[in-house]
Amino acid sequence: MQDFSNAFGLAASLIFSADADLIEIIALSLRVSVSAVVLAALIGFPLGALTAVAHFPGRQTLTVTLNALMGLPPVVVGLLVYMALSRAGPLGWMGLLYSPTAMIIAQTILVAPIIAALSRQVIEDIHKEYDEQFRSLCIPAHRVMTALIWDSRYSLLTVMLAGFGRAIAEVGAVIIVGGNIDHLTRVMTTAIALETSKGDLALALALGFVLLILALSVNAAVYSLRASARRLSYA
Amino acid sequence: MPDASRPMPGAASLLPLEISSLRYDVGEDRLIDNISLTIDSSGISVIMGANGAGKSLLLRLIHGLLRPSGGDVRWNGSALNLATRQRQALVFQKPVLMRRSVAANIDFVLKSRDGQDRQRRDQLLQEAGLYRQRQQPARLLSGGEQQKLALARALATEPEVLLLDEPCASIDSASTLQIENLLRQTRERGVKIILVTHDIGQARRLADDVVFIHAGRLREYQPAATFFDSPKSDEAGAYLQGRIVI
Repeated sequence: MQDFSNAFGLAASLIFSADADLIEIIALSLRVSVSAVVLAALIGFPLGALTAVAHFPGRQTLTVTLNALMGLPPVVVGLLVYMALSRAGPLGWMGLLYSPTAMIIAQTILVAPIIAALSRQVIEDIHKEYDEQFRSLCIPAHRVMTALIWDSRYSLLTVMLAGFGRAIAEVGAVIIVGGNIDHLTRVMTTAIALETSKGDLALALALGFVLLILALSVNAAVYSLRASARRLSYA
Repeated sequence: MPDASRPMPGAASLLPLEISSLRYDVGEDRLIDNISLTIDSSGISVIMGANGAGKSLLLRLIHGLLRPSGGDVRWNGSALNLATRQRQALVFQKPVLMRRSVAANIDFVLKSRDGQDRQRRDQLLQEAGLYRQRQQPARLLSGGEQQKLALARALATEPEVLLLDEPCASIDSASTLQIENLLRQTRERGVKIILVTHDIGQARRLADDVVFIHAGRLREYQPAATFFDSPKSDEAGAYLQGRIVI
């Protein structure tokens, strides 16, 4: 209990004093996770729309694969990205290992299947509603896909939120490809892991609270956006 | 840029509509049974019949939304294909509006065809009496307004043939009157209209000719005056008298 009360106090003092190290860690965490989620959305939304709308050989297989990849173990992804980006790997020449970019790549790989699989369901539902009307209007396939993505944008925000939750809370992949280097690749989760291993549980818990507040804030923002969209019948 | 006030293209190039031995089965049930029909007239053809007669199914088969189990639909000799379907528009009984503003619903269709044309969009909304609501979310409109928007969106495609499936089935009288006026204006522009309805009053007000179907079968196809004055089939006679037709 002592640790908990210390952690609350420490978390509050770190936040209200705008601790430079904490700000740096939060900023990097957000930069890495938000970038990964945006990239994953750019991959996942069209992929989700394609599997929801188009009929092509292997569609079922692709759907099952995407669903299965939702449970990708982060450490496995981290290891694969590590092998690809390491000096001896096929992308070693890019010199990206132990950089925020490597962390973004790893998180994108983790999050893209989640966004693709969840957006497929969202887009499939709206497609059922629009399908006959679109076929009647002879709307070309590419316009159908973009219209479905646009019209389900508020539901897709929730999908992105699920991806963000996975990315911001993930530690296994970013610690392997980022290396948890102070002032370079240290993010919230890796910092928590480090402080825990050092025995500084109060600081680790404080960082944990900050992470929770961050996740709650993003969720609340998306929830209120969806609520106002629902009031306007846009969601 | 299309001129919003110009008459729409005539239907001459898509007509006649030739339906031959058309069938539509679901499992063991034959819902459309060997219908053969040629519609060559301009104006408004009304498809009538009791609930469950197969009116909406026939409309979907004519438009190519459903694949027939047998038989053929030809527009001016051409089989149903993208080119013939692009020259038609269908308004559904329950309008499917996009989760966008009123104006954006029209813009979407205009962009899909000739590119966005604000003047044309505003003209269509004014004709439908929806200009003031153009920035409102489409799904917050009343039922009648939603149906008028669906009609305006269909007209945005500049169809040569306009198909309507019970467009006034569940809307208020004022909206029904506006929609009927819009249909008359559209007919005057040379657009062929095929309207499904089970509202005898509406059919009397609008029809130039009537297709009457019963239990998936064509019972008669007559000029409207002839049909309403002296229907040939017992089913049509009973239907017009307001008796339940089984």
